[in-house]
Amino acid sequence: MARPSLLLAASTAEPSPPTKISAQGISAWYGPIRALENVCLEIPSNRVTALIGPSGCGKTTFLRCLNRLNDTIPGARVTGTIRLDGVDIMGQYIDVAELRTRVGMVFQKPNPFPKSVFENVAYGPRIHGLAHSRAELSVIVESALRHAGLWDEVKDRLASPGTALSGGQQQRLCIARAIATQPEVLLMDEPAAALDPIATSLIEALIDDLRESYTIVVVTHSMQQAARISQHTAFLDHGRLVEVGETTEIFSTPREKQTEDYITGKIG
Amino acid sequence: MTSLPPPDVRRDARRRRRRAVDVWLRRLGAGAVVFALGLAGLMLTAIIVASLPALTQTTVRVDFEIDPTLVSATDPAAGDFRAIVARGAAALFPDAPPAEASAAQRILTPAATRILRQEVLRNPDLIGRRLALAVPAAGPYDQLARDHVDRQAPETRRQLDDADIARFDRLTADGRVARSLNFGLLFNGDSRFPEVAGLAGAITGSAMALAICLAICLPIGIATAILMVEFAPRNRLTVVIEANVNNLAAVPPILYGLLGLAVFITCFGLPRSSPLVAGMVLALMTLPTVVIATSLALRRVPMAIREAGFAVGASRYQVVLHHVLPLALPGILTGAIAAISQALGEAAPLLLIGMNAFVTSVPHGVTEAATTLPTQILLWSESPQPGFVARAAAAILVLLASLVALNGIAVLLRHRAERRR
Repeated sequence: MARPSLLLAASTAEPSPPTKISAQGISAWYGPIRALENVCLEIPSNRVTALIGPSGCGKTTFLRCLNRLNDTIPGARVTGTIRLDGVDIMGQYIDVAELRTRVGMVFQKPNPFPKSVFENVAYGPRIHGLAHSRAELSVIVESALRHAGLWDEVKDRLASPGTALSGGQQQRLCIARAIATQPEVLLMDEPAAALDPIATSLIEALIDDLRESYTIVVVTHSMQQAARISQHTAFLDHGRLVEVGETTEIFSTPREKQTEDYITGKIG
Repeated sequence: MTSLPPPDVRRDARRRRRRAVDVWLRRLGAGAVVFALGLAGLMLTAIIVASLPALTQTTVRVDFEIDPTLVSATDPAAGDFRAIVARGAAALFPDAPPAEASAAQRILTPAATRILRQEVLRNPDLIGRRLALAVPAAGPYDQLARDHVDRQAPETRRQLDDADIARFDRLTADGRVARSLNFGLLFNGDSRFPEVAGLAGAITGSAMALAICLAICLPIGIATAILMVEFAPRNRLTVVIEANVNNLAAVPPILYGLLGLAVFITCFGLPRSSPLVAGMVLALMTLPTVVIATSLALRRVPMAIREAGFAVGASRYQVVLHHVLPLALPGILTGAIAAISQALGEAAPLLLIGMNAFVTSVPHGVTEAATTLPTQILLWSESPQPGFVARAAAAILVLLASLVALNGIAVLLRHRAERRR
């Protein structure tokens, strides 16, 4: 799936987009184990930012800092500041539930609720009171499913359980669920890792479409995928940010030796 | 080295050995199952055989003249029913001398007066008329009717002398003696006389105690487990608390009875022998079971489901209420089944709070004195009359049946909860 036009667009000198998320000095611990060390990263608006690096380098940990999902893990601790549109989201008085409606997330393994397809998508809008009637809710669900490219496949079985769908469909259902609350940022933790090549290409095309409306951060261990779908790439190793920049630059002319070794397959 | 057989021979030998072990393991398992089923079958058969005499009751049809001079229509409760029973019994043997009248009355259960009184109070139109009533025969005569009395034995060695036996044989010849299903076993209260003793009080007491127990231990136990698993941080304190909950499940039940006696009865002044205290003590006893089962069920719910909920902005309570609890429901119901079985069958702690009192009335409220099924079984099995031994066995059957029924309901609920996921 070569996308030459996309690569060209990224390489031409666009005006640099505004920063959506700015992370400064992020360190994270799981109990005594340090997972992130002083990571500083700016995530541009309406772009796809890829986080790459070898297993255990802290990609997922960093992603989970952005919607404070590490809060739910016993023993996890995060320090530093993360600003979303200039507002610090690490503060004690931030409403985490509200933050997560603005920063949606899709996980590595599809994890639909063991409920119907409709309920899966409708759950978020319902608990946040986004719809005032059943009809409004149906509109939201349909639009989310259409955006996730799943509508035509499931419109006749909205009542059947979400867990009965195929793996790729389940992942797109999870994407629909994440965008149903109309977030601004979409976090994706290796969204295609558990999928076959065809489902993967569907998801990648979808990510490219979603870029128009959302700021997307994708964790991936596939170099090719990062090159295909992202405009920005950050390379992490052993909990440190090694290099960040335009995807085309990172893959063609990396500044750091470490990055070059990883990209060319010498390490990781 | 040359003595080693070729590799394929050694492989065959290993394969044969492996298969032999497989076969033996399977046989051992099958043997254990057959042994256990056999024991259970033997036990059930023994109980059923022992309870058979209690399922039927020998009755004697007696004609009572409800004399308006003895029972006035204006105040039937104050009537002299004792005299009416005496006359009715004497009338069974019209040609016998009056001196034998009391011997005739001994054929009927001593509770006959109460039975007749209830009958007339329920239907005052009977006053002035004649009422034919099938009255339970007294214990020794019930035994006689069942041929459990050795007529050849010397008179001094048996409860009934030859004249007693002759009288009863005459009633049999008159067609007044019958054997009918013993509904009194379920609908009567306890009594000193086995022929009229029933389980109504114990069944009501057990139902009340179980309802109170579940009403206390299910909400508290489930809430405790939710707090422990979903909300409490994992630190030394919570680990100690959790270990102690597990220890509590191993505490001998009789200690909960001591606790109930010391706290609920002595300190709080709640009434002894009441289903209220019994339910509270049983709730304490079953609480660890519910907590353990619920926390296991909650832990089995995959972390991914919780994260999915958090990721769409659900708060912790919404995640627990909307996603974790429905998935944990089957496991929680399994805990409820264990709690029900434990609470319904336990006698030891109830003995300490006086649930083995002799109570003839069926309780109308949770603070009235009552017995429960297990304590009633104990009471009856300690009684010397043969009628009570059979009734104790029948009470065990009733207890088993209620256990099976209640567990059946819980299993059905669990099945529905499992299907809904």
